[in-house]
Amino acid sequence: MRPFSYQRASDPDMAVQALGAAATNTPLTKATAQPLAGGTTLIDLMKLDVMRPTAIVDINPLAHAWSAIEPGSDALRLGALAKMSDVAAHAEVQRSYPVIADSLKLAASAQLRNMATLGGNVMQRTRCNYFRDVSYENCNKRNPGSGCAAMDGVNRMHAVLGTSDQCIATYPGDFAQALIALDATVEITGKAGTRSMPFAQLHKAPGSTPDIETALQPGDLISAFSISGRWPRSVYLKARDRQSYEFALSSAAIALDVQDGTIRDARVALGGVATVPWRAREAEALLKGHRFDEALAQRVADAAFADARGRRHNSFKIALGKRVVARALQQAVTMEI
Amino acid sequence: MSDKSSSRPSGFDRRAFMAGAAGSVLVPMTARAAAQDASETVAQNPSLPVEVTLRVNGKDKRLSIDARTTVLDALREHLKLTGSKKGCDHGQCGACTVLIDDRRVVSCLTLALAAEGQEITTIEGLATDDRLHPMQQAFIDNDAFQCGYCTPGQIMSAVACVREGHAGNEPDIREYMSGNICRCAAYPNIVAAVKQAAPEIMKG
Repeated sequence: MRPFSYQRASDPDMAVQALGAAATNTPLTKATAQPLAGGTTLIDLMKLDVMRPTAIVDINPLAHAWSAIEPGSDALRLGALAKMSDVAAHAEVQRSYPVIADSLKLAASAQLRNMATLGGNVMQRTRCNYFRDVSYENCNKRNPGSGCAAMDGVNRMHAVLGTSDQCIATYPGDFAQALIALDATVEITGKAGTRSMPFAQLHKAPGSTPDIETALQPGDLISAFSISGRWPRSVYLKARDRQSYEFALSSAAIALDVQDGTIRDARVALGGVATVPWRAREAEALLKGHRFDEALAQRVADAAFADARGRRHNSFKIALGKRVVARALQQAVTMEI
Repeated sequence: MSDKSSSRPSGFDRRAFMAGAAGSVLVPMTARAAAQDASETVAQNPSLPVEVTLRVNGKDKRLSIDARTTVLDALREHLKLTGSKKGCDHGQCGACTVLIDDRRVVSCLTLALAAEGQEITTIEGLATDDRLHPMQQAFIDNDAFQCGYCTPGQIMSAVACVREGHAGNEPDIREYMSGNICRCAAYPNIVAAVKQAAPEIMKG
């Protein structure tokens, strides 16, 4: 690991200033100053020499103000420094937002969930082996313009949706799919104070700039997430190579509002198959106003993957992903609430 | 010669020699950073070692370390508490699991500087006097290891698993112990050990 200076944030302003001092045209992922929350991505990638900050700003002292779990009568606000394990275990989150609780509970291990924060979780970097192994020169995310070793390499774990000819790295998280499905808002504290944006606008598809992963600038910190409405009829289904402690091959975050057997509102988001947290709006449109049956589930699953493009080793994700969507829909429709 | 023989010439302890040799390169004694206000800035010049106080198994330990030092390396290399093991060093195997403020974490991804002011409990801190912790005894009773390398991490994780209330049945134990890999695959016996110790731990 390369040397760095270490500072503890005394308050949000100090953290924002320390993190934002670098030139603003630097992509966030390459900024010389990086925030330390749970450290489960940052310290790992620093050991791998993928991330090379010269300054670490420990934002954990901000947790007293930024880690509350606040369910309202018809809304939920989650502090960005809340730990994954605490949110997953929260009774009201489990009751009214099972898709959130389950997306967190099915991620990582008990130890990592005790460390990792919600804000850091959505900012985690891809698990693409060519990105994580600096002995491969060809990675457009690490070295813009160098090419992509995964395109014709071992790409079993890679994305089939939202890819470009520059990058096919999968967004690895689970919680983000729950957030995008529920139309969450992300609150950002930065140089100009606090602002909010739809969570769906936080992540950037790779396009021609895979090194730009989010809309955040150096000096921006995620301070909270908020969700309006309650979604007791929601599920997170995750298919993976082993039963526990593994990234998704394919996952689905589903939230439904069903009245008298008719689907009034439907949310479908996909994980493990796309370069960014993925909302399948065409699939949702097929559900609204209809009664659920297996044929409908199949049409919805087909629509969700209509634009999917597999490569040598990952085409199985298209068939698998459709089954995950169909099964998750069935679970959501039949769950007792 | 007995393993406990005291006839070994002093100064030839491998671990002490390695630590001393490495320390003389990595931590020049002439380049100590002035102790700074721990509430804010801790290390501004990355080339200088930093003073930090870690509370480990109930005792305060003052250390002068490189800012890059993880809790795992602080325990093993600076405090000679070698019970916590370095497996992958990337948070994937769980061999380095310790409790920080009673929550299980992987010490290999935790910076020592960030753990200042928190209570660190390691495998060395579990037993009381000469009596093993119930989870340690349960691992012995159930033959819950072969090579033993993952065992300290398994036991620390298992203690937390029980206290969290995630040891009520075998599927829960398997799910909530999944962050600790055992390449000898002693899993059935580990599950049995956790089941055995759980009631005694919950009794307090």
